[in-house]
Amino acid sequence: MRSDRVFNLILRSLAVAIIAGFLGLTWFLWKSALPTLKVAGAGFVWSQAWDPVANEFGALPFLWGTVVSSLLALCFSAPVSIGAALFLTDIASKKIRSPIAFLIEMLAAIPSVVYGIWGIFVLAPFVREYIHPMLNGHLGFLPFFVGPPFGLGMLTAAMVLAVMITPTITSVCREVFRSVPDPLREAAIGLGATRWETIRLAVLKTSISGIFAAMVLGLGRALGETMAVTMVIGNRPEISLSLFKPAATMASVIANEYAEAQGDSHMSALAAIGLVLLLVSSIVNIAARWIIKRTESKTHV
Amino acid sequence: MQKINFLNGSIRFLTAAIMMSATVAKSDILINGAGATFPQPLYSRWFSDYRKVDKSIAINYQGVGSSGGIRQLLTGTVDFGASDEPMNAEEAAKAKSVIHHIPTAMGAVAVSYNLPGNPALKLTPDVVTDLFMGIITKWTDPRIGASNPGVKFPNLPVTIAYRSDGSGTTAIMTEYLSAVSATWKAKPGQGKSVKWPVGIGGKGNAGVAGMIKQNPGTLGYIELVYAASNNLPVAAIKNAAGQFVNPSIATVTSAAKAKIKEIIAADFKLSLVNSPGKDAYPVSSMTWLLVPESMAAAKSVPFSSFLKWAMGDAAQKTAESLHYAALPKEVRTAALERIGKIKFK
Repeated sequence: MRSDRVFNLILRSLAVAIIAGFLGLTWFLWKSALPTLKVAGAGFVWSQAWDPVANEFGALPFLWGTVVSSLLALCFSAPVSIGAALFLTDIASKKIRSPIAFLIEMLAAIPSVVYGIWGIFVLAPFVREYIHPMLNGHLGFLPFFVGPPFGLGMLTAAMVLAVMITPTITSVCREVFRSVPDPLREAAIGLGATRWETIRLAVLKTSISGIFAAMVLGLGRALGETMAVTMVIGNRPEISLSLFKPAATMASVIANEYAEAQGDSHMSALAAIGLVLLLVSSIVNIAARWIIKRTESKTHV
Repeated sequence: MQKINFLNGSIRFLTAAIMMSATVAKSDILINGAGATFPQPLYSRWFSDYRKVDKSIAINYQGVGSSGGIRQLLTGTVDFGASDEPMNAEEAAKAKSVIHHIPTAMGAVAVSYNLPGNPALKLTPDVVTDLFMGIITKWTDPRIGASNPGVKFPNLPVTIAYRSDGSGTTAIMTEYLSAVSATWKAKPGQGKSVKWPVGIGGKGNAGVAGMIKQNPGTLGYIELVYAASNNLPVAAIKNAAGQFVNPSIATVTSAAKAKIKEIIAADFKLSLVNSPGKDAYPVSSMTWLLVPESMAAAKSVPFSSFLKWAMGDAAQKTAESLHYAALPKEVRTAALERIGKIKFK
């Protein structure tokens, strides 16, 4: 079977090409980041300075911005996504299921720059005129709600991100809930459980690790999002507890400064930021894989 | 009906595009350049206009940013570069051959603001510096009032908007601030990306202008071309001669006219910031095409002809129609002479 061997070889080399691509990318980032890492060492990750004129570079404000905005987005998005997925699998009638699922998945097809424009023109004024006076006015003594009413900043970025990751989390959760065997639901109903009790006992309890995996996948998407975040986060590399203060993320600083980076050390520092971002996303994705694997082995008992 | 018109239009556009690409493909010489985004509208227009003059060459230009253009020029990916700032020593040291700076047009950075009723605003250099430094934090500060008698300022905090993306606009603004303030020069200093003491960053001129428009009390800096074409309020700044001057084509030209001898003596690589002229707008600058001596003869001959054409009246008039300031006659004459003397290899 010579044709089989050729086919096999082609597929194998395609697979190898993808792996080589990933390794090549990592190697390129590593090589470009090396001058910075040689000077600053691991301290690069913990340094708060970012001053291209003085050649001082540190990743911490961007690491903070990326992680906090993504986690906040996850907090906003997760309840909505899980609720929507439950509605689609357990409550909605068959007729409306697929149109609603389609609309939610359409959210993933909207280009990120469009989310950015929406953030600037709709969400930012809303945050400035309604959310800021409410939270700052009543809870302004807390460090989370201090700061002037720009409308742009950590909160707005997290809200835009939340909308962007909702389709990911919803569709994965839907798959997870669908994989719950119907006999479990039937058993719960047979024991006299109400609808809520059925969902809680039969569906949610068996899906906990699946839900977690969906959230980690959503988090992964939020970590790397660039354009929309850059447009609404305010781009200021400072660490603040306040939701209303501008911040910056790893992806946004690369998008902002790479094209006009002056001098080799600035370029290298941006590559090092890219390397840290790759590392963080890889950790999140590996965690997601691991959890999904565990879920699968559990559901197939 | 409209749909048909639209269809008709797109077909025409497609046909034109195909024909254009066909003519480009047929032409013998293709010259590629990359660099600053600030003069990109002007260059695109010039390169298409020039095809009517000389059909045998096609010039491509990518607005990747000044630093990106310089990098591509140094690695030999493109035939020429373009920058809003002269190349620095570090960059020049990497060049394989001499790179000539040919000025093409001038522009300015305007300080724009949002105040209720948008009164005309006059700012002295020290007030501009302290606003961007975050030392003046309220619009009711008496130092702002001192140069604006009769204007009633609202009790609003000052919010600073800056460019988050590295840009020539930031470089020129911070060059000006460094020129008028020793404190600024020491820190944050000048560059395309700097550590702004206060404020919030927007992407591009549009991002900064959007922040200013949406938030009363905000002050920021944008390209004059952008401010002029979007009718944004701009502040008059006190220049080196002690006059309050609004940014405009005329006042940018004055900034260059007061420095003609110096411009020519510096081989055009001169900053126009804080120019001594009486009507000179202090945050002005030139923009350059970067022409390497190593350009092959097949390209350098037609490209020098193009450069000479760009110094002509027609090309400079096009620049003014796009809100750029035209180069003073004396500078153009000197540039023509300079172009003629470049020894291409």
